[in-house]
Formats: sequence, C-alpha cells, structure tokens
Amino acid sequence: MRFFDLYNYWIFILLMMIGFYTVIAKPNLIKKVIGLTLFQTAIFLFFISLGKVEEGTAPVIVPFTTIYSNPLPHALILTAIVVSVSTLAVALAIIVNIKQTYGTIEEDEIEEADGVDGE
Amino acid sequence: MTGDSILVAIALFTPLVGAGLIAFLGRWPNLREAVSLLTAVFLAGVVFYILPHVVSGDSPTFSLFEVLPGLQLTLSVEPLGLLYASVASGLWILTSIYSIGYMRAHREEHQTRFYTFFALTIGAAIGIAFAGNVFTLFIFYEMMTLVTYPLVTHHGTDEAVRAGRIYLGYLFITSVGFLLLAIIWTWFLTGTLDFQAGGILTGKASNTTLLVLLALYVFGIGKAALMPFHRWLPAAMVAPTPVSALLHAVAVVKAGVFSVMKIIVYIFGIDLLHTTGLTVWLMYAASFTILAASLIALTKDNLKARLAYSTISQLSYIILGAALANTWGVVGGSMHIVMHAFGKITLFFCAGAINVATHKTKVSEMGQIGKTMPVTMIAFLIGSLSVIGLPPFGGSWSKWYLITGAVSAGHTILVAVLMVSSLLNIAYLMPIVVRAFFVGPSANSPGETKIKEAPLFCLIPLCITAAGCLLLFFFANDLYQFLTAIVQS
Amino acid sequence: MELMENNLPALIVVLPLLAALLAPFLGQGNKSWILATLTTWAVLAMTIRLFIQIDGLANAQGVHETFISYAMGNWKVPWGIEYRVDPFNAFILIIIAMISAMVTYYARLSVSKEIPVDKIRFFYALWLLFITGLLGVTITGDVFNIYVLLEVSSLAAYALVAMGKYHSRKALSASINYLVLGTIGASFFLLGVGYLYSVTGTLNMADLTERLKGLHDNRTVITAFVFLLIGLSVKMAFFPLHGWLPSAHGYAPPIVSALLSGVTIKVGVYVMIRFLFTILGVKFIFEELPSAPIFLVFASLAILLGSYMAIQQFSLKRMLAYSSIAQIGYIVLGFALANESGLTGSLIHIFNHALMKSGLFLAAGIVIYQVGEADLAHLRGLGRKMPFTMAAFTAGGLGLIGIPLTSGFISKWYLVMGAIDRGLIILAVVILLGSLLAMIYVWRVVEVIYFKSAPDSSSEVKEAPWALVLPTWILIGASLYFGMDSSLPFHMANQAARFLLGMQ
Repeated sequence: MRFFDLYNYWIFILLMMIGFYTVIAKPNLIKKVIGLTLFQTAIFLFFISLGKVEEGTAPVIVPFTTIYSNPLPHALILTAIVVSVSTLAVALAIIVNIKQTYGTIEEDEIEEADGVDGE
Repeated sequence: MTGDSILVAIALFTPLVGAGLIAFLGRWPNLREAVSLLTAVFLAGVVFYILPHVVSGDSPTFSLFEVLPGLQLTLSVEPLGLLYASVASGLWILTSIYSIGYMRAHREEHQTRFYTFFALTIGAAIGIAFAGNVFTLFIFYEMMTLVTYPLVTHHGTDEAVRAGRIYLGYLFITSVGFLLLAIIWTWFLTGTLDFQAGGILTGKASNTTLLVLLALYVFGIGKAALMPFHRWLPAAMVAPTPVSALLHAVAVVKAGVFSVMKIIVYIFGIDLLHTTGLTVWLMYAASFTILAASLIALTKDNLKARLAYSTISQLSYIILGAALANTWGVVGGSMHIVMHAFGKITLFFCAGAINVATHKTKVSEMGQIGKTMPVTMIAFLIGSLSVIGLPPFGGSWSKWYLITGAVSAGHTILVAVLMVSSLLNIAYLMPIVVRAFFVGPSANSPGETKIKEAPLFCLIPLCITAAGCLLLFFFANDLYQFLTAIVQS
Repeated sequence: MELMENNLPALIVVLPLLAALLAPFLGQGNKSWILATLTTWAVLAMTIRLFIQIDGLANAQGVHETFISYAMGNWKVPWGIEYRVDPFNAFILIIIAMISAMVTYYARLSVSKEIPVDKIRFFYALWLLFITGLLGVTITGDVFNIYVLLEVSSLAAYALVAMGKYHSRKALSASINYLVLGTIGASFFLLGVGYLYSVTGTLNMADLTERLKGLHDNRTVITAFVFLLIGLSVKMAFFPLHGWLPSAHGYAPPIVSALLSGVTIKVGVYVMIRFLFTILGVKFIFEELPSAPIFLVFASLAILLGSYMAIQQFSLKRMLAYSSIAQIGYIVLGFALANESGLTGSLIHIFNHALMKSGLFLAAGIVIYQVGEADLAHLRGLGRKMPFTMAAFTAGGLGLIGIPLTSGFISKWYLVMGAIDRGLIILAVVILLGSLLAMIYVWRVVEVIYFKSAPDSSSEVKEAPWALVLPTWILIGASLYFGMDSSLPFHMANQAARFLLGMQ
C-alpha cells in the first residue's frame, strides 16, 4: 500500500506539527524556540529524503559503486541548517535580554507586564 | 507659445505669485494689503484683456506638465470659464478692500495667513475656470478645498476645527468617493478627458451607465451643495465674514456649480442629455434642494446661517438650469452665476458690516438698525431684491431665462417651483429689511446709542456690489449674447 | 571599469556584505557610519547603472525577453547560482538602494542618540547585512538563494528591531514575536521550494518556469504554491498574517522602521510577484486556480481594516505601521487584477509608498529625536516649533490619502483603472474608501500639530538639525515631484508590468 510506503513523509509531518503546536501553544519562550527548531528540522529531513536515490549511497565518491544519492539537497540543507542555527542564536540572545529586562520568559507574564498596547 | 497662451499662464500665476509676496510681506501690513489689492487689480485686468479674444471665438490655451501619460495639466479659455474667472477676479478686488476694513476693525489675528490663502484660493479658482480637461479641473478643485481649509478654520477655536472637519469631510468624501471614480470611469470609456463642444460621451456607453456616471459627477461635486451633501456650507459659516462673502457666495460654491455646468455642457453634451432625458431626476433633485433650503432658511435666526441656506437654494437654480439641458436653461443658469454672486456678496458684506458695527448676528436683534446704518441696509435691500428676482435688478433676468427654459423643456411644474421659491425668498429676506427700518428696537438692545455706520472700507465695496446688481439688469442682453456661444456647437 | 561593469550584479550584493564584515572593526564613533553611507551610495550608483543597461536592452529589442544573466563563480546555469536582472527587479533594486542611501545618511544623528556608543559599530554591521539580504533576494535567479538571503536580511531585521529596546523595552517582545512568525513564514517558503524541487529537479527560476509549463494539474505544484503563498504572506505582512508588523515597526528605532516598512515588506511582494507571474505563470495562477478572488478579498480587508486600525492608534509609528498593512493591501489588489493598469498601479505604488512611508518614518524619527516620544500628546503645537518637519509629515500624509499632485494619487489612479478594466467597480470603491479612511488618521495628526497649543514643558523645542531634515525632505520632495511628473516611475513600472505580463 502506497500509504505505508510513504512512512517517511508521515513522520516528517508529525514532527512538523508537533513543532508547530509547541510554537503556538507553549507560553515559555525557550519551549517556543525548541518547537521552532523541531519544525524546521522536520522540513530539512523532508528535503533530504527527497534526494535519496534507490540503492544509492552517500554522495561521496567511493570505488565500489556508481549510484549516489542526490548531493544537491544535502548541500541545500547544510546551508539551511546554518540559517536555522543562526536563527536559534539570535532568538536565544533576545530571550536572554528579555529575561534581564522583564525577569521572566513566560509570554503571558510579559504581556501582562507590558500592559495594553497602543502606547 | 502664442501671445494668447502667455496671457492664460499669467492669469494663473498672478494670484500664486501674489500669495508668495503677501506671505513674505507679513511684517508690513500696509504694504501687504497694497500687494493684495494690486494683485487683484492686475488679475482682473488680465482676465478682462483675454475677454475680446474669447468673444471673437478664440480659445487661448496653455499647457503645464504631463502628470500621467496622456493626461496633461491644460488651461483652455472658453466663455463660461471666462465668465466665472471675471466674477471671481473682479469681486476679489472688492472683497480685498472689504477685508481690510473688516479684519482691522475686528483686530483679527493671523492676517497674513488669511490674505495668503485668500490669494491661493483665487489662484485655484482661475485654475478651475480655465481648466481644459476634467483632470485639470479636478486637481484645482481639490487644491481649492485644501487652501480654503485654513480660511475656514481661521479662528482656531474648537468650534472652528470641528467645522473644518465637516468641511473637509463632505468635500473630500464626495470628491474622492464619487467625482474621482466618475473621472477615471470617463477616461476608461472614452480615452480622453478634454472638454469638447457637444460632449465626449455620445455613443460610448449604455444609458444606464451614463445615468450612474452623471449621478457620480453631480453628487461628487460637493461644492455645488446639492442636498444631501450640503452640510459643509452652513458649517463653514464659522469663518470670518470676508471668507464667507467671497468664498461661499462667489468662489467656492460657484466653482461647484460651474463645474457641474461645464461637465453637463462639455462632457455629456446638451444634445445627448436632451435626447436621452438623463437629467430629469436632477431637475427634481435640484427643485427639492431649492425648496427645502429656502424653508430651512426661514427657521434660522442667525443672519449668516440664513444667508448660507439661501445660497444652497440659489445654487440649485444653476443646477436646475444645467439639468434643463436646453439653451435657455444653460444660459439662464450661467447668468445666475453672475447675478447671484453680486446679490449674495452684497448681503454677506452687509451682514459683516452689521457684525463689525454692532456685534449683532441674530436677525431678531436687528431692530431699527436701518436708522443708524442706512447705507448698509439699503444695500441689503437691493441685494435681497436681486436674489428674490425682481426687476430692475439683475436676478430677475436669470430667473426669467430659467423659467423660459423650464417651459421650453416641457416641465411646467418647475415654473411653479421657481415661483414658490421666489415667494420663500421674500419670506426670509424682506422681514430683515422691514425690521431694520420699521420695527421698534428689540428688547435685546436697550438704548444702544453708540451704533454707527460701518467702517468706510466695508461700506464702499457693498455699495459697489449693490450698484452692480442694478447695472447688471441693463447689461443682461450682452451677457446673453456672450453666453449663447457656449451652447452653439 | 570594464571589470566592474561586467560584474555589477555580484558587486551589488558583495559590496555591502564585505562592508558589514568590516564595520565592527572600525572602532567606536562614526567611522562605521561613514562606511555604511559610502557603501549604500555606491550601491545606488550601481543599481542605477544596471537599470540603464536593462533599459537600453529593452528599448533595442522590446521588453519581452530582456534580461542580464550573471553566473556566480562562472558555474554554468542552471546548475550554478544565477543572478538575473530584468526590467522588474532592476526597478525594485533602485527602490531598495535609493531608500537605503537616504536613510543611512539620516542615520548618523538618530543612531548616536538612540544606541549606546559601544554598540554603534555592531548596529551598522547589522544594518549593512540587512541591506545585503534585501538586495540579494531581489537580484538572485535561484529560489533557494532567495531563502538564504531572505533569512540573512530577516535575522538582521530581528536584531535591529530588538535594538529599539534602548527606547522602549516592548521592542524585545516585538522582536521575538517577529522572529517566531518570520521564521515560520520562511520555513513555509522553504517547504514550498522543496515541493517544487521534488517535482522539477531544479532551483533555477528560468529553468523552473520551463519545467512547470506542463505540470499545471500536478497536486504537488498546487501544494507548493499554497505553501509559498502562506510563507510570503507572512513576510509581506499581508492580511491576515500581518500580526507581527504593528509592534515590530512600532517599537523599532525609526530608521529601522523606515526600511522595514518602506522596503522589506516590498521585497516580500517582489518574491510573490516573481513566483506568480514569472515562475508559475498568470494563466495557471489566475485562470486555472481561484487565486484572484482570494487575493482580492483579503487585499480589500487589508485596506479597510488596516486603515481602521490606524485610526485607533495614538503612537505615530504604530499608526504608520498599520497604514503599511493597508498599503500592502493596495499593492496586492493591483497585481491580483492581473491586467496592465492594475499591475502598473501596484508596481508604481511600491515605488511611491517606499518614498512616502520612509519619509514619514524619518519625520517621526525627527520628532523622537527632538521631543523624546512620537505620540499625539507630544505632537501638540509642533507645527509652529518644527515647521519644516511637520510640513514634510503633512505632505507625506497627503500622499497617503492620495491627493492629486502627490504620488499617492498616481498609484490610486492606475489601481482604480485596473479595477474598472476588470469590471469590478466594488474594488474601485474599496480603493477610494481606503483613501477616505487614510484622511481620518492623517488629518487627526494634522489637527494636533497645527491647532493644539504646545504644552509649556516644550518651550525649548525647536527645529531639528539639517542633517535630519534634509534626507526627510528629499524623500518627501521626491514623492511630491513624482506626483506632478510621473513619467519616470511610470516608465519603470509600466515596463516591468508589461514584462511580467509577457507583452512586448
């Protein structure tokens, strides 16, 4: 059944949605960022699995075979991982700042401290 | 550029340059006022110099820049435009003299700002008068709204600011919401926005589309104060009287009805409207405004408010003339632009003079004023008679042509409307005169002995305009000949 | 010179990137500002030169197949990354460069006051990275490269927004919110790219266009389109995915807001238009899929609700931020009409709004610089004390309303024409209604500036230094000039529109 052949895509979707849910539902900023990273990682896995060629090995030239998986997604995802890590770094820096300024990293407490918007 | 087009350019730039000079000379009031007067005289001179060219059938044109591809800012003079420009520039001279008297007697603040924006308004009026296409008309129309705003909110009080909001609100909502839509739609249908004899819309769209377009145009020109978009006019009365006089008796409101007339004659074309009967609804809308506004005027005790509603009513005379879509109607309506301008400005001048001399604004308080201000009240009488439409004053001729137009169009009920309106005019204007001369002093002013006649600078203009009302009676035929050129295509 | 000419596309991106790396080493004080200013002005010159080249090509051979292709590192297209310049992105590049140049020049005094001295060089490093990303997204011809550069500029933007914390601590929560939503948006975009890649095997835009031609029924392609749409809507702050914008633009330092509102969201629009018109094609998007009604409905809501929210605001910057949401609505409405007038109107509004909104934010920045806060309470009576700044603000406001003789009028004209051309008069009404709503929030500010008397505590407030007023007036003045003579932006926008629609 094609349904079960595509199990890898189901796993990616599951991971993605867990991450997405975490971002939306958890008020703790660190948890949000974890969720974000999970979300992005699932997308990366999806990309990489696109590149798998049947019976292909890792795209490094070796003597015993001539079938390799597609190297392009690997290169793309390496780049994307860099982007994701940088995002994580910036996010953490901002969260540290928030902790120093507000004394908390819970979103609802921050909103309360800020008061009504419209300044 | 021919010699003629230079004249047109000069006509436009004179008030604009004048405004700049006036703003610069703020610190020397006498010099500033002198520049204001001189600019007015110069402008009137230029406009009247162009007159013979137009009489002989020419159409001097001047193009500025191209705002959008295919849409130029163009000025092109034709009889109707010249008429409006003459009225505006000529009366500017008189209003300048009047303003000097009024503003100084009242010791008003921000006089430089006042004179500067006054000049800019006249500049916008010239732009509207000489617009060669609807696009140019629209640009100067909006400019006029903007530059009159500081005049309306002159006093800077909360009341003035609120009035300013109503003023801007009505004028912009109508111009952006309806007029701009109509203009772009016209551009879309015909590919041009030029004013042409016989109109540009014949055969371009279905009758329903044209009907909607006409409604958008007429209601989009909020300055014509067709009900229900008339509220800005009484709201703007919060401004100093010279503003009310020129702007709301002459420049702003006349810009509105002038635009309506121009669009009916040169965009739609009288023949098209006559054959399709598209303007019948407008005749009734205008009639409603004529009567309703007159009735409201009856209820107003504040003199300026009464005159404001009178203006709304009289403007619809002109719209009615345009809606009749025949020679008599168009000529009568156009003539009324002149007649009403002279009549109404006289009335406003008098109202302001009364305010300056006695600080009274309510009709009920104006008992026996005629005894101490005879010149003013006689001028008021003359102005009233002209507005009512009785000979030997100019207003009678325009009314006559409008009645003839109504009969010729087969809508005799409109004749009744005009008649009833005249009666209502008598009802709300004559009591003022009667009270001023005959009725005993009202209880509100016990023994005021220090009332005297208004300052000279105020008196002279109102005498001249009153005389104008009389003179126009005799020159009506010349006007008629001049204006028929509009309808000949 | 020859070398520079041939490598212009690469230089436009590489130069600010190198400058960004250099900036932190220039020590405290204004040396980093000098570097930033010189770089942005150099980039402006380069983008103008590039446009002239494209314009020349277009005049010679017709707009249809005009482009300049530059292979990065000489790797052959389509396997290497290609930088591709055509009439559309040449136009956008000039807008980015122009606004960046003006705002960077303005930045000296504003930054010195808002940011602590030891952090200034890092600010400019981030600033230059931000600009690099925007330029790169516009000029690249590879969809994954778009993702990378988009994130480069977004990350810099998140950090720059957080720099507003020295003025108001709310900038921090605004920034983290922007970060989370922006990253989700970018991830959706990446997913869309992934789907397209899985179906076609290529990441090069020109190649994708070719390969997608026969694949209109493919469910993967439609899914890819939806993901791209969502991701880019977040980046453009298109209703209803606009939630991050009001706070981010409202609490960031004024010069950051100027670039964010004036340019960044426009780059999002650029990518959207690129995908819709070039890669996926008008026929597919608008005729086979029901995209047009969706775009038009949400655009109308953006216009009306954005303007309505702007009316509710007391803070000047937040008001301008909500106004930007409405303006994006106009831009989307224009291109969703998919006809020449509508698309021209949309593109010309990108240009005009960039000028006006940046100018307005700079004016707000001047108020903050002189008075401390830019809300209605602090604006009282400033018309007298800061006449030039307030005149600039009023002129910009009139442009937002769309008064004739301002550039905003030109955009509205073409948008309404586009709507009438499609027979959708209701949209014309929405556009004009937006103008009227804009009148309310602009006039509220005008009344406070000119009619309210200043509080006594502000007696020492006077007009700002020329270094701040001049760039503001250059931007606003340009928007007024192009309102009177729109031939240049019209030419650029119309050429781009005709190119995108596949006309000659």
